[in-house]
Amino acid sequence: MVILEADHEIFVGLLDTILAEANAGYVFLVDKSGQQIAATGKMDVDSTSLASLTAGVVAATEGLSSLIGETRFSTLFHEGEEQNLHISQVGEKVILLIIFDEKSSLGLVRLRTQQYLPALEEAVAEVVNRSQGDVRAAATLSSSAFAEISDEDIDALFG
Amino acid sequence: MSFINYASREINCKIVYYGPGLGGKTTNIQWIHEKTRADAKGKLISLATETERTLFFDFLPIELGTIRGFRMRFHLYTVPGQVFYDASRKLILKGVDGVVFVADSQEARMDANVESVSNLQGNLKDQGYDLAKIPYALQLNKRDLPSAVALAELETALRIKDEPVFEAVATNGTGVFETLKSIIKLVLKDLKSR
Repeated sequence: MVILEADHEIFVGLLDTILAEANAGYVFLVDKSGQQIAATGKMDVDSTSLASLTAGVVAATEGLSSLIGETRFSTLFHEGEEQNLHISQVGEKVILLIIFDEKSSLGLVRLRTQQYLPALEEAVAEVVNRSQGDVRAAATLSSSAFAEISDEDIDALFG
Repeated sequence: MSFINYASREINCKIVYYGPGLGGKTTNIQWIHEKTRADAKGKLISLATETERTLFFDFLPIELGTIRGFRMRFHLYTVPGQVFYDASRKLILKGVDGVVFVADSQEARMDANVESVSNLQGNLKDQGYDLAKIPYALQLNKRDLPSAVALAELETALRIKDEPVFEAVATNGTGVFETLKSIIKLVLKDLKSR
């Protein structure tokens, strides 16, 4: 998957809107292999671990759904004493995670998720469709990445 | 599936350590975690049972530096080796860029090694990958044990293509970083050649 600066701006814009309108603490977009795409919010959280574990939870839940013959569970909710997690699927490859406390409510978070999911899905679909093509083709859309990496660059990583 | 983020100037890749139960996958990751500089690694997460057997996965993010202005980050995962956790193993292979197979050199584990390689092939196929094409390294672990099978015999039984092979004793770090460096190079070269 290739996220360009313009994609990132769109994602963060949408996440900021959800954060504000859902009164959430943290809003996070992660792909199903556990890579963070975009995040917003003021919580001090280890986002790399959060991304990996979120993807793990969703993957396990998908396994459960197929075991009982369900297509998928589109939403997951984890209720804590102070913080709650609301996880929803954005298309087939991406996950939206919203962390919220008593300043919000499950109903409000669900409402805002449903409201902004179509826009998120559209933005994600554009990235996914582009990324399914050649990585180098995507790279030419911005300053190049893999296309210009030399064997020497790779060796140099290890000193 | 590598992940390139132009906004944060990051390239993230996913590497999965696969192999039979108690073969040393988690020990590899723990050694890497222990010996990597604090500013180049994230938190080591282990989803394990009370008896410290991997239940779902171990996860360690590491950062190697930059190439052409991009931070090179690698997410290392292990799978649970025990046979009955197959559903979990399948899930963890999702989006993988490279695989390290950690074989147990002990004679008594030969069947488990062979079965696990076959299981890897099947599970990769289910996720749309081909072991013949994906970056892959073979680590022969526990070389220090008296019951370790001869190198040539292990290679004959377990090698499936021209993958690099490393002898290792993960408990003291022997071969651990050599294997990691090798798979990272293979992954980057594979991405570059696409």
